[in-house]
Amino acid sequence: MIKMDAELFEGAALPLFDQLYNLAYWFSGNRADAEDLVQETYAKALKAIDSFQEGTNFRAWMFQILRNTFLTSRSGLKAQNTVFLEDEEGAEAFLAHSVTPELVALQLENSQAVIDAISALPIIYREAVLLCDMEEMTYKEIAQVLAVPIGTVMSRLSRARNLLKQALAIDPARRSPHEV
Amino acid sequence: MKCDSDSEMINAYLDGELSMENAAAVQDHLKTCPLCSAHVAETARLQRALRRVRTQFTPSVEFRKRVQKQIRPSRRSTWFLPWVPAAVGLVALVLILVLGVGHDRSANAIAEMADLHVNALASANQVDVVSSDRHTVKPWFQGKIPFTFNLPEFGGTNFTLIGGRLVYFHQQPGAQLLVSLRQHRISVLIFQQKQNLVVGLPESAKIDDRTSFGMEAWQSQTLQFVLVSDADPAGIEELGRLFKAVNP
Repeated sequence: MIKMDAELFEGAALPLFDQLYNLAYWFSGNRADAEDLVQETYAKALKAIDSFQEGTNFRAWMFQILRNTFLTSRSGLKAQNTVFLEDEEGAEAFLAHSVTPELVALQLENSQAVIDAISALPIIYREAVLLCDMEEMTYKEIAQVLAVPIGTVMSRLSRARNLLKQALAIDPARRSPHEV
Repeated sequence: MKCDSDSEMINAYLDGELSMENAAAVQDHLKTCPLCSAHVAETARLQRALRRVRTQFTPSVEFRKRVQKQIRPSRRSTWFLPWVPAAVGLVALVLILVLGVGHDRSANAIAEMADLHVNALASANQVDVVSSDRHTVKPWFQGKIPFTFNLPEFGGTNFTLIGGRLVYFHQQPGAQLLVSLRQHRISVLIFQQKQNLVVGLPESAKIDDRTSFGMEAWQSQTLQFVLVSDADPAGIEELGRLFKAVNP
C-alpha cells in the first residue's frame, strides 16, 4: 500500500477544503474563527500524517482533527460548558415523549430559521446533525469522528433532530387565521 | 418494532443504516402506524431542509490560496531548516557544474567547428561540388539540406568560391562552403537554428586560443553562420560582411 506522505497529503486534503471550511463555520459561527480552525487543522494533520492509518477513512480523520481542534479552542470550550450543564440523559427521555405529531407543522421553508435552529443546538447535537445530514457521513464514520460508539451516535442524532423539530415548530396556538 | 423506541429506529431507517431485514420490519410497521408514518414524513422533510442549507459558508479565494500554499510540500513549515546549509552547498555545486559544462560546451562547439573545417581540407575531395559559380553551388544543395541560403557575388573581391559539401553537426544537415582568400581557406558553415550552435562562439572574428583558428559566428533570421579559417580575422570579417549582406 502507498504510504501517505506530504505529497499525497496535498492531493487528498485539498479537495476537503470546502467541506472543512463549511463545518468549521458551523462550529465556530464566524469567518475569522473558521479560517483559523481550518488552517490549524491542516497544520496538525500534516504534522501527524504518519499517524494516519492506511486504508482508513481520510475524510473522517480530517474531520476528527477539525472537531478536536474546535473543542480545545476558546469558543469550543465555551460551547461545551453550556452543554454539560444540562442532564443529557434526562433531557433525552423527556424529549422522546414530548415531541409528538401535533408539532408536525415546521417552518422549514425559511432557510434562516433552519440555520438559526442548527446554530442554537448544543455542540454535541449540532456536530451529529452536521456530520449526518450536511456531510452525509455514515454512522460508522460519525462514530470515528466523534470517538463514541455507534449507539451514542444514534441517540444523539435522534435527540438533535427532535430538538430541531421543536425549535422549528409553529405553535398552532400562535398561528394567525391568515396562515391556517 | 415497538413505537416507544421508534425515534432511533426511524432515524436509522431514513439514514439508510438499517439492514434489509430491519428496514423491511420498519416498513411493515409504518403501514399500520400513522404516528410513526407522520414521524418519518416529518423527519424526512427536516433532512431535506438541512441539506438545503448545508453549504451555507464558502471560503474566500484568498483564504483558499493561503491554505494551498500552506500545505504545498515544497513550501511547508520548518522541517527543512536544518537542511538549508546542505541545500546551499548543493545549489553551489550544481551552479559550478552547469557553468563548467556551459563553458565546456562553448569550447566544444569551437573545437567541433574547427574539426569540420580541417576535415574538409584533409579529405581527398575537399568539396562535393566544385565550382566557382555561385549559381552552380547553391542549386547543388537543393534536396540535400532542408533550407536555402544566399551566396554573395565574389567577383571584384579577394575571395574565390571553391565549392561546397554536405556536413552534419549534431545529427543536423548543413552546408559547408569553401572559399579561398589568397592561400587561405575559409569554411562557411550554415545550419538551421534548431539548436543553438553559435552560443559560445565569437560574434566578431577572432582567433581561438586553443585551436588557433579564426572564427566568427552569427545568426540570421532562420540560419546560423560560422566562419572558420586560418586567415587573419580581418579577412574573415570581410567575408562575413558579404554573407550578412545577402542573408539578412
